[in-house]
Amino acid sequence: MLQFKKPRNELEGLLRQVIKQTPAVPDEMFTKCPGCSAAILSEELKENHGVCVRCGHHFPISARERIALLCDAGSFSETERDMENDNPIDFPGYPAKKHQAKQRSSEKEAVITGTASIGGYPCALFVMEGSFMMGSMGSVVGEKITRLFELACDQRLPVIGVTVSGGARMQEGILSLMQMAKTSGAVRRHSDEGLLYIPVLTNPTTGGVTASFAMEGDIILAEPGALIAFAGPRVIEQTTRQKLPGGFQKAEFLLEHGFLDAVVPRGELAETLTRLLRLHVPAERQLRREGDDA
Amino acid sequence: MKAMDNVRAAREKSRPTGLSYIRGLTTDFMELHGDRRFADDGAIVGGIAAFHGKPVTVIAIEKGTDTKERVRRNFGSAHPEGYRKALRLMKQAEKFGRPVICFVDTSGAYCGIGAEERGQGLAVAENLYEMMALKVPVISILIGEGGSGGALALAAANEVWMLEKAVYSVISPEGCASILYKDAAQAEQAAEDLKLTSEELLRLGVIERIIPEDVPEATIRILDEQLVQGLNEWSKFDGETLAGLRYDRFRRIGAPESL
Repeated sequence: MLQFKKPRNELEGLLRQVIKQTPAVPDEMFTKCPGCSAAILSEELKENHGVCVRCGHHFPISARERIALLCDAGSFSETERDMENDNPIDFPGYPAKKHQAKQRSSEKEAVITGTASIGGYPCALFVMEGSFMMGSMGSVVGEKITRLFELACDQRLPVIGVTVSGGARMQEGILSLMQMAKTSGAVRRHSDEGLLYIPVLTNPTTGGVTASFAMEGDIILAEPGALIAFAGPRVIEQTTRQKLPGGFQKAEFLLEHGFLDAVVPRGELAETLTRLLRLHVPAERQLRREGDDA
Repeated sequence: MKAMDNVRAAREKSRPTGLSYIRGLTTDFMELHGDRRFADDGAIVGGIAAFHGKPVTVIAIEKGTDTKERVRRNFGSAHPEGYRKALRLMKQAEKFGRPVICFVDTSGAYCGIGAEERGQGLAVAENLYEMMALKVPVISILIGEGGSGGALALAAANEVWMLEKAVYSVISPEGCASILYKDAAQAEQAAEDLKLTSEELLRLGVIERIIPEDVPEATIRILDEQLVQGLNEWSKFDGETLAGLRYDRFRRIGAPESL
């Protein structure tokens, strides 16, 4: 029987390699948008904080860019900046992998924590860094987030947390899993103090992070199109041999199913958080504010 | 290799399952069904029983003992409603001031369309969030497979014990091998690297006790003695202290001093 084959294109493999190597927001003049396939000016994309000006597709941005975008200028004060660990379960290849991640991300770990103000309102803030081992949670990520919640309890601050994570970090084995319970305990203590916690879920937030602090907020926000899942689509397709419906596990899907409070475009995030923080100012401070105005 | 031998033993079909421990250790067991929200998940069995004459809440992940039952129980992989049933029973235990004993044996929380649609991540997260503040003693015993978040969702306890040949891991050795080593055949090596045996986990401070297992009857007897002693010890504390000690237990794991 005659079989028709697509003509072989020698450049295809090469092209795929090149595309693979292209960083999400590259330095080149144009960036191809995975949302609308248009070539957009990289300059324009950067100015728009990694959101496609044509279709609104949200590219990943670094934790530092996110902090600059959300916080009042100069207000961010980092905590636990130098916390690192070694290789707690002697996992083969882990130090080398971490070294690579550090170089790629210019960060020491997959989360940045600190205090800041957003729209004039003080808060504690953690932002995960997706380019550091896929934002995976090992002992340091768990510890930094736990310490941030503890600090927020002491200083009676609300916590804003931006998540992007592939889940628990395999290279720290069971210790990574334990961070889910540890961070959950810290979120719970913070909540029992009557304090506000708003996680903002960005693409992708999966696995052990979804199954712990990402889903434990008082108000849960997400960026448009973000994949939010316990098990990722590939794992589900492999396990069930079922084809997944379109838009499955995207932020809009979760909103529709009742798991999110709102899907907020990146450009409106700072304003939305400001409004939410304003509506949660403790009564004693509210009085003081009114006094200030008068 | 030793670690993979334990993985195989933990998955062995003839291995006693959750319900056999409930039946072997308690009397007057009354199974309580349903999460009051969606369904009754057969993968998780729970209820109230008497342990040496005192009421306890018992919860077990149950894999089933024959093919028909295994299918009905989804091979011990729970859906969100299973975790929500477990949480309901734990909150009930808290209300009536009785300790909680969990028997954990799962390859993991179920990965499927329905499970995701009904919030598998949220279900695990809520269990952790609530368990970390529960005002009654909680002892969790890993009796077979401790598969990641699906196991932890019943193991945010005051003490976690493991049967000698049980395993507890962030990912299955096969999963780890295929993701990190791009070769599922390297599961043996991954099992070794993940430090998932009871011996390793005791050394890492993730569990408190190892229950030796030679013959099932002896295991039950040892477990019975240990539980009497363990529950007596934990029952001395008030609710706030119990939650505080549980927090401290997890707080220590992966803290910089130990890195």
